Amino acid sequence: MTFEEIVFWSLVLVSGFAALMVVISRSPIASALYLILNFFCLAGLYLTLNAQFIAVVHIIVYAGAIMVLFLFVIMLLNLQDETKLRERMNWKSFAAIALSILFLIELFYIFIIKTPTPKIPIHPSSKEIGTVEYLGKILFTEFLFPFELTSILLIAAIIGAVVLAKKKFELTD
Amino acid sequence: MIPTFQDYLNVAPIIIVSATALLEIVFQIIFKGFKKYVNIFSILGLLISIYFAIINFDKVSMSFSNMVFSGKYASFFEILFCIIGILTILQSSTIQKYYSINKIEYNVLILISIVGMMVMSAGADLISIFIGLEIMSICFYVLAGFARNQIIANEASLKYFLLGAFATGFLLYGIALIYGTVGTTNIIKIAQHYPIALSLDLHLLGLILLLIGLAFKVALVPFHMWQPDVYEGAITNVSGLMASGGKTAAFASFLLIFSIPLAAGNNNLIEIVSVLAALSMIVGNIFGLVQQNIKRMLAYSSIAHTGYILVGIIATNNFGNHGALFYLVVYSITSVGAFGVASILENEFGKNLNINDYSGLSQKNKFLAFAMSVFMFSLIGIPPFAGFVGKYYLFAAAIQRDLTWLVILGVLTSIVSLYYYLRLIVYMYFRDPENQNNIIVTNDFKIAISFSTIVVILFGIYPSSLFSVIRYIFNIY
Repeated sequence: MTFEEIVFWSLVLVSGFAALMVVISRSPIASALYLILNFFCLAGLYLTLNAQFIAVVHIIVYAGAIMVLFLFVIMLLNLQDETKLRERMNWKSFAAIALSILFLIELFYIFIIKTPTPKIPIHPSSKEIGTVEYLGKILFTEFLFPFELTSILLIAAIIGAVVLAKKKFELTD
Repeated sequence: MIPTFQDYLNVAPIIIVSATALLEIVFQIIFKGFKKYVNIFSILGLLISIYFAIINFDKVSMSFSNMVFSGKYASFFEILFCIIGILTILQSSTIQKYYSINKIEYNVLILISIVGMMVMSAGADLISIFIGLEIMSICFYVLAGFARNQIIANEASLKYFLLGAFATGFLLYGIALIYGTVGTTNIIKIAQHYPIALSLDLHLLGLILLLIGLAFKVALVPFHMWQPDVYEGAITNVSGLMASGGKTAAFASFLLIFSIPLAAGNNNLIEIVSVLAALSMIVGNIFGLVQQNIKRMLAYSSIAHTGYILVGIIATNNFGNHGALFYLVVYSITSVGAFGVASILENEFGKNLNINDYSGLSQKNKFLAFAMSVFMFSLIGIPPFAGFVGKYYLFAAAIQRDLTWLVILGVLTSIVSLYYYLRLIVYMYFRDPENQNNIIVTNDFKIAISFSTIVVILFGIYPSSLFSVIRYIFNIY
């Protein structure tokens, strides 16, 4: 095993464990904290892919800003009897679990047994792919159209949030 | 590549509708009396957008470094979405008086959702299509819950949002796998890798995950669960917009992405899509039988119709593609009209939606009863109306492609659907009215419904007018 592989697999294992704990742990605060751990592992994976900018932004935006919001919301909700979150097992959840496991096995089969990932040699230009300069250049040339469209998407989201969360109903006419 | 002026001109319809929406927000603050004119302003914006789409109609090109198509296929759908938007806004003028909804934000969200639809149908890159889909979906999540003081609307909005976000995950994962196998997200460049790419399991998996994401948006069985609840909870005109524009947009991008891999004849893919179509036709029509609520009935009918359209798309021959486009146009106009009639009878949120409330409608208001029966006949597919021509083309296409079992299923389920469509007509014409609530039909509404009715009849009698246009545009690449 090379150094890269050791880093990769340790990040994968930790992030998988954290993702599982997000779902399993009963306390919402613990879930949120495990999610942060998961985000850090993902950021590490981005780093191994030479995507430094995305790794940093991922930590600042997701692990930083969004998770703080999450924790605030959990705090404000003031969940007292967290045991109520536990669901009874019924045939639906059994079926769901069975189907998910089946899907997992299928993915495992396709990814690992049937099409083993070929070793792709690292492209020389891939070193600069994650830099801020390259990203900025490509955002304003090749991906200008989707980039500008994202602004419309954000405006729609802002208006939507205002409409749904506004205090008073406005009577028309 | 730095975009030129021509690039901006090519996407002018999209830019104009977005600009209209943004200007409405600003004008709301600047001009005090703007609220009265907001509907006219939106319609004006959509009309200008249609004008630019017509200008671009003849020349097919790709703009912004191959990110978006313009001309023919894209222009066709841009015009269709603008018309749907105009009809929805015209029909909403009545309900805006009854509900305490903010006219301006309602208009803005409808316009932005139309921007999303346009991008979906014009996208030449999976990233553009994805962002278009998200723009549309986010507007729909909010519009579904617009009647905020109603618990049923809150339920609809939340349900749609959670399930929609989940489906988006599938879609993105599919795009990631496709990018991983062919190294590009551009539709045309992906198409150059066919049919070799189809022998890669990973690529096929990506396509299937993408299919799941789109199937959720068009509500194919088994991804249809949200639809009746959302259509019931949303404001009726918004349900009409979702059933027509939302579905048409998702089908437009479905055709862009899947017409090549389906035509390449990968049996696995064809089998999966055929099963989805068959299930949609069966479940939609059988569940439609027992619905008492008109909005839920139209929701199940809409699920069944996605099945019919998919039959034509699976066939992937000229017949099928033309038929699917024809049917999309006819179905959109019909469902906007049908939901419009339902909205005018509704009076108050969630009231008068039961089928009993339609009894004796012909005595109360001849115009509405006639329009509703035309829409119902067209949905069944009875000859003088446009729905028949569409179904004929779809089923003929499937027979050409040796998919006879789907056609038999389609015809049988159409016969089943006869019951619930005709039941409504029987109630309207052969029963006495049960209650005497007055129906106020505004002029805006009359224009919209007359337009839809005339289109449905006209394309039924003279379908070649639309087919000649479709034949002309059907040159996606």
